[in-house]
Parts: sequence; C-alpha cells; structure tokens
Amino acid sequence: MELGDILLAVAIMVGQSLLMLVALLVFIAYALYADRKVWAAVQLRRGPNVVGPWGLLQSFADLLKFVLKEPIIPAPANKGMFLLAPLVMCTLSLAAWAVIPLNAGWAIADINVGILYIFAIGSLGVYGVIMGGWASNSKYPFLGALRSAAQMVSYEVSIGFVIVTVLMCAGTLNLSLIVEAQNTSLGILGWYWLPLFPMFVVFFISALAETNRPPFDLPEAESELVAGYMVEYSSTPYLLFMLGEYVAIMTMCALGTILFLGGWLSPIPFAPFTWVPGVIWFVLKASFLFVLIAMVKALVPRYRYDQLMRLGWKVFLPLSLAMVIIVAGVLMLTGLAPGMR
Amino acid sequence: MTVTAAFFYLFATITIASGFMVIASRNPVQSVLFLILAFVNAAGLFLMMGAEFLAMILVIVYVGAVAVLFLFVVMMLDVDFAAFRQGFLQYLPVGALIGVVFLIELFLVVGTYLVEPRLIRTPAVPIPPPDVMTNTEALGMVLYTHYFYFFQAAGLILLVAMIGAIVLTLRERMGVRRQDIVKQNLRTRDTAIEVRKVPFRQGV
Repeated sequence: MELGDILLAVAIMVGQSLLMLVALLVFIAYALYADRKVWAAVQLRRGPNVVGPWGLLQSFADLLKFVLKEPIIPAPANKGMFLLAPLVMCTLSLAAWAVIPLNAGWAIADINVGILYIFAIGSLGVYGVIMGGWASNSKYPFLGALRSAAQMVSYEVSIGFVIVTVLMCAGTLNLSLIVEAQNTSLGILGWYWLPLFPMFVVFFISALAETNRPPFDLPEAESELVAGYMVEYSSTPYLLFMLGEYVAIMTMCALGTILFLGGWLSPIPFAPFTWVPGVIWFVLKASFLFVLIAMVKALVPRYRYDQLMRLGWKVFLPLSLAMVIIVAGVLMLTGLAPGMR
Repeated sequence: MTVTAAFFYLFATITIASGFMVIASRNPVQSVLFLILAFVNAAGLFLMMGAEFLAMILVIVYVGAVAVLFLFVVMMLDVDFAAFRQGFLQYLPVGALIGVVFLIELFLVVGTYLVEPRLIRTPAVPIPPPDVMTNTEALGMVLYTHYFYFFQAAGLILLVAMIGAIVLTLRERMGVRRQDIVKQNLRTRDTAIEVRKVPFRQGV
C-alpha cells in the first residue's frame, strides 16, 4: 500500500471515531439529564430545572464545574496509578463503541468477533475500579473496589451465557450479522426478545450489576462506604470515572438493542416505517432500555451483598446454563439452527 | 507491510518489556498490572497473526478473570516480594539451565524450517483464508468434530479440578449464623410483626 493510501485510511478512521465520540458524549449528557429527570419524576420532584430552558444545559454546567475544580490527590495515594485508574475506566468503556453498528454498515470497525470484543473490553472495565480503590490507599475505596471486582466477575458469567444463547440463534459473532439475523417479515415479533425472553430479563438484570447501577450499586453504597472506590476522587478524575460508568451503561443498552431488540431494524416492516433511518430506531430502542434502567434506580431498594452473590451464582448461573442447553436442543431438534436451514 | 512490521515490533517490545517488569518491579500489585499489560499485547500479536478468536479469549479469560483474581489475592495478602528474592543467587543455575533448554528448543524449531522450507507453508496457514470461513468457525469445525473426545476430556479434567478446589477449601465453620433467603422471603406480616397493647408503666 502507498503511504498516501495509509494516511487517508487513518484520517478517515480518526474522523469517524471523533464523530462517534462527540455524538456519544452529547447523547450521554442528555441521558444523564434524563436519568435525573426520571428519578425526580418518580419521587414527585422537579429535578434539574435551572440551567437553560427546563434545565437542559445542566449536564454541561456540571462538566464545567468538574473541569474547573482542583483535583486533590491524597498524600498516601500511589499517584501514578491514582490518576491512571479513571483514564483506564473511561478509555476502555469508550473503546467498546468502536464495533457497535448504529445502522447497516455504520460500525467504525465491523469485525468478525465483535461480540467477543465488547465482552473482552467490558471485562477489562473492572481494572479501573480496582486500581482506583487500591491506589487511593484508604479503607472505604478499597472495600468498594473489592466488592466491585467480585460483583463484576460474577455477573460476567451469566452475561456470557446469555450471549451464547443469542449467538446460537444467530450463528455469527459479528454484531451487524446478529442484527440481520433478526430481520424477518414478523418485525418486532421476530426479534430475539420474544423467543429468548427469560434471557432478555437475565441480561437486563446482569447489565445493571455489571455497570454497578442501583439496585446493585454496592461498590459505592453511600450509606456504608461513603462513595466506594470514588471517595478520594474529585474534579476531572471523578468526572472521568462517572463518564466511564455512564458510557458503560450506554454500551449495555446498545448491546441489549443489538442482541434482543433488532438493532437498527424497524419494528413494523412496512413502507412508511422502513423509510425512517435505521439509526433513529437504534437510538430510540437504546433510549427505551436506558429509561428502564433509570426507572429501576428510582423504584428498587439496594440489594444486600449476600443476596447479590446468591442471585448471580445460585439463580442466574443455573438458569442461563439450563437455557443454553434448552435453546441448543430446540434448535437442533427443530432444524432451525443456522447452517442447518 | 511496513505498517504491519511496525505494529509487530510495537506489540513485541511492550510484551517483552512488561514481562521483564513483572519480575523486576518491587510492588507486587504493579507486577500483576504489568502482567496484564503483557497479556493484552500478546493478544495484539495474536490479532496480527489472524487468530482473532484466540486474541479475544486471551483477554476475556486471562485478563478479565484470572488476573482479576490474582490482583485480588495480591492486594488482600501483603505479599513481600523482597523475601522471595533472598535465594536469588542460589536458584540462578537452575533458572539458567531451564532458560538454555528453552533456547535450544526454540533454535531446533526454527532450524527445522530452515532445513525443510516446505514446512513453513503448512503452519503459516493453519486456518482457511478469512473470506472462506471465519477464524472462529474454523476452530469450531475442528474442535467439535475431529477433536471432540479430547475436547470433552479437557472439559472433564477442568470439572474435576474445580470440584477438587472446592473440596479442598470447603470447611465447616461452627457457630456461623447464615441468612436463609428463602425463609426470609416467605415471612409475612403476620409472622414478622406482632402488635401489642402495652399497659402503662408495666412494659410488655
């Protein structure tokens, strides 16, 4: 390849990545706003309503506040690792978006093992938390980090099995092809949420635990650990932690959309609905999942730690393992398995 | 080709450097983190060879699960690595011997290729080209047909190892009050709360 070609390819890749990054960050700013508004509405409060019309600029005001404040590094902290931890968390959760297809052919990198890539990057996210908790050199962050590590490793197992059932139905590890496999004449009824409904529920709950969202926010349980692994963080490092967390939540929403809600496909496969650009359907579906997650935060009280571990290992693991066997058996016996058709 | 070479040397250098830092750094937690860096870069090398499935599985299993538990243990136990280094000179000959054996074996492998150049072509394309079949599919095709019994045997060995580990670490502790969640969930208002009329100045 010529040097010019290489530079052009790199320039296009950088442009696409920047576009995705900016769009994602703006979307997350409003997802954060929506999260707080939903929470407020459930509790009969008004929520953020001062900055900008209806408080629409609240997230940007928060951003400015975090960036302009002084970052405080505790004296006994391991300085390098203390600052590295939020960077790791934020970078890793943003990196997952490289393979997510927002529309047919709209992924920055449409790789064959897309789902494994997301799973791998997601399993790395725990390092940000552990490093942050350890480097702070303080009691509560350390306890929060240990809790978080155990929790994320536990729920990754059941998420893995959920993904396996979907992969068996779709017959591919490529995210775009998984969406295409759900493209039937049935529209919304042909997506995987209906035949694999128990797995959709397991995925949703495991996604909450994996991203440390309430009711599984034990790593940052404020009533016992102050703020868990984030106790010692302030200003921009804290912002990066929080951003990483919300990006991870959006990744889970996008993953749920791709695996169970037909990605960019229109729910009704007729003419006026199929004219709508696929990316709009994708954003609508991901937002729907996000509102569900926000509602859970407002409605459900926090789990006890032993309940959390019991749910992960004694309920979800056997359930998802049984579903893997059942789905495989049904696919083989009915001849519906991809490759047998 | 130059870009590929540049990336190869980047990944290879970082892998070796972080591998060195694993044994060189004083802080055990830093050692584990360098080990993780080495794993991730090894995954990068796998990717460059076209073994995408292997690369992702390396990251998921070793970095995402095994190294987390390593880190967990190293953080919880205050491991003193300086104490381990006490007998460094004593064990040096044994270590050097193992190193030399490895080196000779590596030379033998590379030497075979030089002697019989046709051999290079066989392992260089261990899988069908990507436009015919993806890496993952090719692995599955071989593992679940040709090597099915070996695969099952490997799974069985892992299962036995897991049960063994659980049996070894399981100990019955006396006097621990456990929470039975089923029992807790079956409690109703009638069994949990008792409303009493408390007579004045007498107590319950």
